[in-house]
Amino acid sequence: MFKRTSELNNNTVTVNIEGEDFQVPVGETVAATVLVHNLGYTRTSPISGAPRAPLCMMGVCFECLMEIDGLPNIQACQVQVAEGMKIRRQQGVGGEDG
Amino acid sequence: MGDSYQLVIIGAGPGGLCAATTAANLGLDVTVLDEQPSPGGQIYRGISNTPDDRLALLGADYQHGADLVEAFSASKANYWPQTNVWSLNSRRQIGILRHGQASIIQAERVIVASGAMERPVPFLGWTLPGVMYAGAAQILLKTAGVVPANGTVIAGTGPLPLLVAWQYLRAGVSVKAVLEFSPRSNLWRAAPHLPKALVAGDYISRGLKYTLDLNKGGVPIYYGISGLQAQGHDRIEAVEYGWDTLGSSRRETIVTNSLLVHFGVIPRINLTKSAGCHHIWDRGQQCWRPQVDKWGNTNVPGIAVVGDSAGIGGARSAEHSGRLAALEVARSLHTIDTQQRDLQGQEDLKWIGKDLRVRPFLEALYRLPDSLLVPPDDKTLVCRCEEISAGQIRQAVREGHADPDRVKFYLRCGMGPCQGRQCAPAVAQIVAAENLRPVSDYTTFRVRPPIRPLSIAQLANLGRAEE
Amino acid sequence: MKADVAIVGGGLMGTSTALHLAMSGQKVIVVEKNSPGRHASGVNAGGLRRLNRDLAEIPLSVVAAQMWQDIYSLVGSDCDVKLSGQVRVAENAADLQKLEERAALVSSLGFDREELIDRDRLYQLVPALAPHCVGGLYTAGDGFARPYHALTAFRLKAESLGVKYRTGCQVTGLERLGNCWRVVTNQAKFDAPILVNCAGAWAGQICAYLDEPVPLKIGAPMMMVTERLPHFLDPVVGAVSRKLSFKQMQNGTVLIGGGYLADHDMEKETTEIDFTKLSESSQTVLALFPRMAEVRIVRTWAGLEAFMPDRIPVIGSSAKHPNVYHAFGFSAHGFQLSPVVGRIMSELILNNKSSLRIEPFSIQRFQS
Ligand SMILES: Cc1cc2nc3c(=O)[nH]c(=O)nc-3n(C[C@H](O)[C@H](O)[C@H](O)COP(=O)(O)OP(=O)(O)OC[C@H]3O[C@@H](n4cnc5c(N)ncnc54)[C@H](O)[C@@H]3O)c2cc1C
Ligand SMILES: Cc1cc2nc3c(=O)[nH]c(=O)nc-3n(C[C@H](O)[C@H](O)[C@H](O)COP(=O)(O)OP(=O)(O)OC[C@H]3O[C@@H](n4cnc5c(N)ncnc54)[C@H](O)[C@@H]3O)c2cc1C
Ligand code: FES
Repeated sequence: MFKRTSELNNNTVTVNIEGEDFQVPVGETVAATVLVHNLGYTRTSPISGAPRAPLCMMGVCFECLMEIDGLPNIQACQVQVAEGMKIRRQQGVGGEDG
Repeated sequence: MGDSYQLVIIGAGPGGLCAATTAANLGLDVTVLDEQPSPGGQIYRGISNTPDDRLALLGADYQHGADLVEAFSASKANYWPQTNVWSLNSRRQIGILRHGQASIIQAERVIVASGAMERPVPFLGWTLPGVMYAGAAQILLKTAGVVPANGTVIAGTGPLPLLVAWQYLRAGVSVKAVLEFSPRSNLWRAAPHLPKALVAGDYISRGLKYTLDLNKGGVPIYYGISGLQAQGHDRIEAVEYGWDTLGSSRRETIVTNSLLVHFGVIPRINLTKSAGCHHIWDRGQQCWRPQVDKWGNTNVPGIAVVGDSAGIGGARSAEHSGRLAALEVARSLHTIDTQQRDLQGQEDLKWIGKDLRVRPFLEALYRLPDSLLVPPDDKTLVCRCEEISAGQIRQAVREGHADPDRVKFYLRCGMGPCQGRQCAPAVAQIVAAENLRPVSDYTTFRVRPPIRPLSIAQLANLGRAEE
Repeated sequence: MKADVAIVGGGLMGTSTALHLAMSGQKVIVVEKNSPGRHASGVNAGGLRRLNRDLAEIPLSVVAAQMWQDIYSLVGSDCDVKLSGQVRVAENAADLQKLEERAALVSSLGFDREELIDRDRLYQLVPALAPHCVGGLYTAGDGFARPYHALTAFRLKAESLGVKYRTGCQVTGLERLGNCWRVVTNQAKFDAPILVNCAGAWAGQICAYLDEPVPLKIGAPMMMVTERLPHFLDPVVGAVSRKLSFKQMQNGTVLIGGGYLADHDMEKETTEIDFTKLSESSQTVLALFPRMAEVRIVRTWAGLEAFMPDRIPVIGSSAKHPNVYHAFGFSAHGFQLSPVVGRIMSELILNNKSSLRIEPFSIQRFQS
């Protein structure tokens, strides 16, 4: 669970996280945003379904894969928020039993 | 094939920035590629748009980055932010993704300055949400002013856990404990190197300052910790660890919903590996790195490596190695002659020589015990993506899949989206231990490009790089 | 060290041959310069295809298909075989005509496995296909397996029957020593009355040691694999007038090939991916499976393979020396044949004749 050290100023955009709208600062990464909004987990593993959340914040672990604007498998720590962006957890996909 | 460039530098951290500034000021045509939106690299992340209050919080070291960026901006070097490098081959063809457009550019010379990443150390429970690398948490602080809401536990080795704890202290974030995993015996091993270390650098004095400030701030620091475990179901609820005090050892638990871990950093070697550069096991740093000479040259003609991607030396060292590689490129392109190169590189070489003397001390001090490098518990998930455990890997080795690549073929570990970045070192360590061989006998997985996933549409539209 | 048979090459051909010989009680040593499956046999696309084989190969591939179907009884593992069919797609009337001709040809020869299917049936089989296709040629019961797993199962079974592997052991010369062949390597010398060349992309070198040159060319076909996707595809899909092999593995990843070649360096035994060609390959994927546009490729690779000028292998005894046998030059479709090739080799070695017709594969075809 994360929080911001400073109050939001008016330089914000509106994003939609799992169906709910939030005001968030311009320039922030999607991963930072969802951590602050206590999403808990950002994806489930396609193997066991276990919940996962961002680990490295620098694009090397791929734990932050999310569905952004309808596209799956996007690294949330590498994408900045944008006005109207739709952000969803990625539910483990893949395979014949997945 | 796309356009041709004289010198392409991959990475705009201190290493890449200094290489670029030096080369551009010598009149070379320089293009710097970096996936981040602004220059600075890992240490000076987001430096050009950090608000003043946050700058103050991050300390004077951080502000030094602003000077580097300023010199870089004043030079004639071209800067391509938000540009992903997804491949590099031995002929210096660079696959890039920029504004959603994939292309391949040809470079006459390449300087790889792609930096380091935090060393992945698998332990029980490390896949639980709420467990994060401490450097990652620091990125959140630097770029977004985002911090753990209900306090945190910071565990690991090296200077970074202390630094992050210190920065949190200044930001008013509760740190429940700092767990130091360097074995106490490291002190004895490091002590003989101390006299040499004292003559160079201010590493130690800074470490002392952080420790004193943390003590004053009431943050407990526990030494001699081992056996880390994160507990919880859908997210971390507690940290469990072993604590050896004077002969007796006991298990302790701290309730927390945030655990930040850091066991040092290791070079990012995907690009240099895929380009065919020769890599070696560095015993002091306990990692694989490309083999380079003092000018950064690799065995692949025209490809040099600087900064942390050539071996962990820290930000200042990256600056010097960046300048040296730029001088060497200028020499190889006949912009300056050998004498000029040697003369202009004199100070940098001297600095690096001096800095190298402090390294054995730090390496001995922060040396990881085997129990961190080779996950002892069979149940530990080593490959996070494909969920392959240490036990499965040991079993595969016993069945005759006796090197990391065969383990990968057999178990798919390292074949998930992170392409082995998080499991490669541990897999090689397990294989070596299981075969009773030194780890230097092995290399990590062969790297299969693209080193960053690329969509089929992007690859289908592979085109020329736009100006 | 002495053995009845010395095999050069620990890929699937060498391993399958060793297994079949060991099942008949022979003492076999396999000499492998890297590790079993390090090359083509471990990294191929795993396609099990009778569809569209060279006519000479059809009888072999039919028997091989039976062996794959019951692979468990041979090697004690199912090798992750999935027999969900293979289909070649016609995108227009001209394509369809080619398929009709092919279907007529093979059935006139008595093979009934290549079934012409109409548009409706095609979309039933492959709903994800772009809408412009008009029909296809389909072989039910074809499919795919996981190559490194198959190789491992073959190896473990062979080892359990006493086959010895020498790994990291490179053959550097061959000498005739009385009734024996002496295999000279960087480690030791091995003597055996019978020598088998299963050296894959390096088979030409072994032939050179034997003074029996062959016009073998080395190529490195490239593969791409995507992230995991929900299950959407059963059969392996190819196309009449495009270079494509497209399949979804059990774990959801999609494996894409098509015979585009990488650059390779035989000295270092390395390959370097040519993304310009893979761009073309991606265009093909988009043309036939538009839904793949945003799917991401996570890895590409290439494997070294021996190609013969007529695209069919060399299988049989040496034309120059007694007690020397060859099985190489599979031209990027040897995986499916490997079980039957091992059986044929052991028949040749032990009974001096093959139960299947192998004359078209004689090395002599290059010697007149
Ligand atoms: C998470 C983290 C936090 C750290 N924090 C500190 C700290 O606070 N203090 C400290 O002294 N040291 C810190 N370090 C150590 C730090 O790496 C070095 O001190 C210093 O940044 C090294 O400089 P560099 O130029 O070698 O590489 P970096 O500064 O790491 O710069 C490398 C640059 O290359 C870019 N890059 C890499 N791969 C690609 C690619 N494929 N495509 C495009 N761009 C690419 C990256 O985006 C990055 O900007 C940290 C390291 C990490 C990993
Ligand atoms: C990318 C790719 C995709 C493919 N897809 C398919 C497919 O879908 N379906 C299909 O049926 N086929 C496919 N194939 C073809 C198939 O993989 C090969 O035909 C088959 O694996 C050949 O087996 P092999 O044992 O002859 O060769 P290899 O597996 O190459 O084995 C030869 C072995 O000999 C060893 N060797 C060579 N020289 C020496 C020496 N001097 N001393 C010691 N050892 C030596 C090598 O190290 C090697 O391990 C594909 C091939 C590739 C490369
Ligand atoms: S958090 Fe590791 S890739 Fe995004």
